[in-house]
Amino acid sequence: MKKDLLGIGDLTRDEIYLVLDTAEAMREIGQREIKKVPTLRGKTVVNLFYEPSTRTRTSFEIAEKRLSADTLSVPVSASSVLKGETLADTALNIEAMAPDMIVLRHASSGAGHLLSRICRSRIINAGDGMHEHPTQALLDAFTIREHKQRIEGLKVAIVGDLAHSRVLRSNILSLTALGADVWACGPSTLVPPGLDRFGVHVTTSIDEAVADADVIMMLRIQQERMDGAFVPSLREYFNTFGMTSARVAHAKPDVIIMHPGPMNRGVEIASDVADGPYSVILEQVANGVAVRMAVLYLLAGGVEAD
Amino acid sequence: MPVVMDAERMGRSLARIAHEILERNRGIEELAFVGIRTRGVPLAKRLAHTIGEMQKADVPTGALDITLYRDDLMRHAVGAQPLVRRTEIPFSIDDKRILLVDDVLYTGRTIRAALDALIEFGRPKAIQLVVLVDRGHRELPIKADYVGKNLPTSLSQSVHVHLVETDGRDEVEIKDS
Repeated sequence: MKKDLLGIGDLTRDEIYLVLDTAEAMREIGQREIKKVPTLRGKTVVNLFYEPSTRTRTSFEIAEKRLSADTLSVPVSASSVLKGETLADTALNIEAMAPDMIVLRHASSGAGHLLSRICRSRIINAGDGMHEHPTQALLDAFTIREHKQRIEGLKVAIVGDLAHSRVLRSNILSLTALGADVWACGPSTLVPPGLDRFGVHVTTSIDEAVADADVIMMLRIQQERMDGAFVPSLREYFNTFGMTSARVAHAKPDVIIMHPGPMNRGVEIASDVADGPYSVILEQVANGVAVRMAVLYLLAGGVEAD
Repeated sequence: MPVVMDAERMGRSLARIAHEILERNRGIEELAFVGIRTRGVPLAKRLAHTIGEMQKADVPTGALDITLYRDDLMRHAVGAQPLVRRTEIPFSIDDKRILLVDDVLYTGRTIRAALDALIEFGRPKAIQLVVLVDRGHRELPIKADYVGKNLPTSLSQSVHVHLVETDGRDEVEIKDS
């Protein structure tokens, strides 16, 4: 493993599988009565979240605590960031207190790379702008493999806001590295140019994307990024791209439906699909803890020479 | 490299240990085996099977991975982390007599880690240690209750246990490095 996990691109295919296999072992710890191992005793992990997050931050905190790390989360809304301190200065000040790892969520793409250059601590990217969200893609791969026993050769349809999604980017990198047949589908206003160069099929037809799919992954319509007029209305979006039972019926009979959360019910996904028998959305959340434990454990080791 | 235990000898040693376990524990009601990964697991299964056959009953058997409890885990600045594998103890260890099984007893550090790990699963009535080979050179105050073979070694030698389940043959070798 490299020093930091900034994106899926930092991992080889073998390292992705190493994370998934390690996560299998980590998951068992969460099923014990005493959900804790002493592995990261004496290590300090700082969670620095510049964007609101419930799932990812809670997941990292639980993972850190289950490995016995000393952990704290900096509430940015009540910090010196409000007084105008730059990200780099905040990071250097935290760094001066000698943490071992920093988990960073930031609205700017590449924020993790900035910290990586100026910090000695290991940096884990917990989502940077429209760039990457590597631990999400790893927990998605883990969840897919758990249900399908493989990833290679599966048809995975990823549907939604392709332009602004870091979840999409990380998933494309990991799923294509693992040999899946990835279809990206969304309205033409939300398809970034050059997406097909990443080795995925790009389509604006949801029927084409969903047909015989083994996995359907819905992306959130990010209303906070909707200052441009990308879709005429949320209702029209639902009619054209929303995942409904009728559309799910065209996928494989054992399809699984995924969503990284938070969901907009009635926008990208119908409630009966989100809560239905094909949905593995809450399993993704559960698996997130095990996958993040695996990442924390693997990054806590030595750095391999490049 | 000399073979110090062949398949026949290994079979006899395990059979003897099975009898010793029964004699010392006066029955199997409270017994359960926990093998330490990797090669403690097949050894634990063999012993559980032998005792189960003799007593016409099933003896619960689990697998323990001690990697996350190692005392040298975060002390090396270089190199990748050791592989973590699944711990599978599908029964309550509370009030059981746990037979902890490993292939080679050496410094005792693996057993120390295993004891720490086991205690987190509950409060067994007793833990007894079974090893196929005791090669000496203890660094911690740990002693086996059942030993297949005591094997005097020097620190420069290494002991290799091969089992049918993991390596295709039953054999213990000693190598000079």
